[in-house]
Amino acid sequence: MADISGVMKKEAQKDSSMELQKKMLEDHAKRLSQAKEEGKKIVYTFVPGNLTELILSAGALPVYPEINALQSGMRKLSADYINEAERIGHSEDVCTYVKCDVGMMLKGNTGPQGTHMPEPDLLLLSYTGCFVFMKWFENLKQHYKCPCVMLHVPYQADGSITESAREYVVKQLIEKVVPALEETTGKKLDLDELSWRLGLSRKAEDDLVWTLESAKLKPTPIDAYFTGVYYIGPMFTAFRGTEDAVEYYRLLKEEVQERIDSKLGPMTPEGILPRERYRLVVEGPPNWTNFRDFWKIFYDEGAVIVASSYTKVGGLYDLGFRHDPDRPFESLAEYCMGCYTNLNIPSRIDLLEKYIRDYQADGFVINSIKSCNSFSAGQLLMLRELEKRTGVPGGFIESDLVDPRYYSQANIKNRLESYFQMLAQRRSGKQVSGDSLSMEQAGAR
Amino acid sequence: MNIKESAKVKLEDIIATAERYFYDVHLNFISDWKKEDTQRKAVGCLPIYTPGEILIGSGVRPVYTWGGGDQVNIIRGDSYYQSYICHFPRSVIELGLGNWKVALDGLICPAICDVIRNVSGVWKVLFPEKLVYYLDFPQNFDTTIGGSFYRRELEELSERLLSLSGCKFDEDSYRKAIVLYNQNRRMVRKLSKLRLDNPSWIPSWEYYLLMRAGGVLEVKEHTKLLEEYYAVVTDLQRPEQDNARIMIVGGFCEQPPLSLIKTIERSGCDIVDDDFTLGFKFLEEDIREEGDPFEALVSAYLLHSTYSSVKYEGDEPKSEQLVRAVKARNVDGVLLMSPSFCDPSLLDRPHFQSALDAAGIPYTTLQYAENLGQFQAIREQTGTFAEAIKLWGEA
Repeated sequence: MADISGVMKKEAQKDSSMELQKKMLEDHAKRLSQAKEEGKKIVYTFVPGNLTELILSAGALPVYPEINALQSGMRKLSADYINEAERIGHSEDVCTYVKCDVGMMLKGNTGPQGTHMPEPDLLLLSYTGCFVFMKWFENLKQHYKCPCVMLHVPYQADGSITESAREYVVKQLIEKVVPALEETTGKKLDLDELSWRLGLSRKAEDDLVWTLESAKLKPTPIDAYFTGVYYIGPMFTAFRGTEDAVEYYRLLKEEVQERIDSKLGPMTPEGILPRERYRLVVEGPPNWTNFRDFWKIFYDEGAVIVASSYTKVGGLYDLGFRHDPDRPFESLAEYCMGCYTNLNIPSRIDLLEKYIRDYQADGFVINSIKSCNSFSAGQLLMLRELEKRTGVPGGFIESDLVDPRYYSQANIKNRLESYFQMLAQRRSGKQVSGDSLSMEQAGAR
Repeated sequence: MNIKESAKVKLEDIIATAERYFYDVHLNFISDWKKEDTQRKAVGCLPIYTPGEILIGSGVRPVYTWGGGDQVNIIRGDSYYQSYICHFPRSVIELGLGNWKVALDGLICPAICDVIRNVSGVWKVLFPEKLVYYLDFPQNFDTTIGGSFYRRELEELSERLLSLSGCKFDEDSYRKAIVLYNQNRRMVRKLSKLRLDNPSWIPSWEYYLLMRAGGVLEVKEHTKLLEEYYAVVTDLQRPEQDNARIMIVGGFCEQPPLSLIKTIERSGCDIVDDDFTLGFKFLEEDIREEGDPFEALVSAYLLHSTYSSVKYEGDEPKSEQLVRAVKARNVDGVLLMSPSFCDPSLLDRPHFQSALDAAGIPYTTLQYAENLGQFQAIREQTGTFAEAIKLWGEA
């Protein structure tokens, strides 16, 4: 049970949903490590635009290299892996997820959970919102000598999904991706199972959205970035379309409801946040190598993240999208095209503006990631536009995903503390802790 | 005046013309051209490839742009991009906020990387009155899948261009544009072949200037300039040098400064092929000149576009295609030359290196930025590379 006193503790405090997720991940790692013996086929794919329901319905198990990379970062393994990749010619300038994954492979492919990561039988290149994905799997294809199927997902260049783009993705799903999966597993895709799984996804998605939108309350019962990355875990990875995920999100919703009823703030590694001082929106992924230190800078100041763009890279469910069992391929196509990094810069600005207003944020922070051009290129313009449109001040910090060479605690802390001071000065004379707001008032579903 | 003397004079004129366009990064030439008739429209095209036939057929002048190189002092552009993003978009913004506002009525951003993709959004915010088109190239090369999608992309682009130019749709004007571009592609191929066979006749910096002039010149004029150059260098027959034959790979978007190309040549390398200004040779065969022009453009892209770091390799690894290209060109070594922070180029480097290693082909790697100002270290590196090849046949 969580410590609600806010007293400093050495061991990280965890909600029971986090414990459940940990067990789900361990079980999945075990399944992966036994997959080859049990004749299960392995499909590597990416988080944005992932087709987990389809992979599971085809009877294969998914592996997400970005997740391996970020977990390696959290477990302080990434620096060695990155060095290994740079030794074979990867530049310092490129994506550290790629280098971490390549390095892990070169060093024997022991996954972050400590179990052996099976080699892929198929690379499902869901090419959504990140150009590097294509280069990443072209590199892996050379190393693993395994087949690769491309799913090219057009960009929402004008801020909407065109009919031509939808048709293009659906055609690729039906004529390329499904046959490649069937060829890999030797089994015909069970469409009924796919629809059933999409129905499960939908249920879980409803509860995820409810959870994320609970941050509209004052005080917010969740942190939509630092704990948000745990909340999106099952949804963005191997569990969407499973009963485990439905159960996880049911439990999470219950847990959050309890916190709302008790008027408690979000969980931090040192217990429940005792006082919400600043409500922030965050753009960009977190740093994983120093995740807890990074988080601490915020919660030490009572800063809580009420909405974030990173928790939308695997789907913008809060804008209404749901997987649809009656339109399996169309809804998978729409899902792929709707991920956050597949939105153009004006749409990203609009979305963040909406978050700042809907979640009554005091400010927003951009964590600009050195090795992620998809997120980072254009963020300085976003900063200016958001400040201009909302009048809310923005903070800008720089770090990296999993390369510890590009994370400086002192610099980031210094910059954020100045930012928090500025927020405090701006509203001096006003009430620091906001009025409480009910879920209905907050407009949460 | 004998033939060679007269060729020398002509060559000076041709290079002076090419230089005039090369150094006009602010596109004053285009804004002057528009002043002559206020109905005229021009749209910029970022690297690598945009089918200019669609622009010309829609009554709009295509202007292929490669940023400011080392000629622009970046002041405002730096405030839009962090230090770890390549240099190219900074100069695109810097120039965009300058004379390009007058010269260009729009910008086409081909789908080549996340930075160019996001430049399209930045332009939309900064210049809402202009046409900004993100041209999404298919990564599926089946006619009925990627082909249908690409066709719709081209139709959409032409609709927007027609509404900009005020012209009416006329299929024949696209066919005529295809004829003009086919002539240009044939001339580029012919010149490239001459350079491959006789690299000392065509210094790379001259070849490069001529290609860059094609960014601003109308396609017909560009073809004419190339024809004149071809005739002149054939008359001149510059003497052979004892240089290493090298090929440069990786500089297809952000361009190296002209001095860098000269530095590499002066260090003892004959650059017999490169992928700078790749758009001019992106399609390796002529496009069908009869029938449906859109269909012809689609099929040319699907079936006859060159391998490139920005295209999905499918079942044919790019590294193998590179090795084949190296052998076909009979080069002594490869210079893997990438702009700093360029994902497509740098992420191909490891498997290019291992394929070249496996094939026993010497290579060296270097990084640059368009505004690079120091060349001594590169001169030493490429000079050593060339010497090693000449002395021992390996780097």
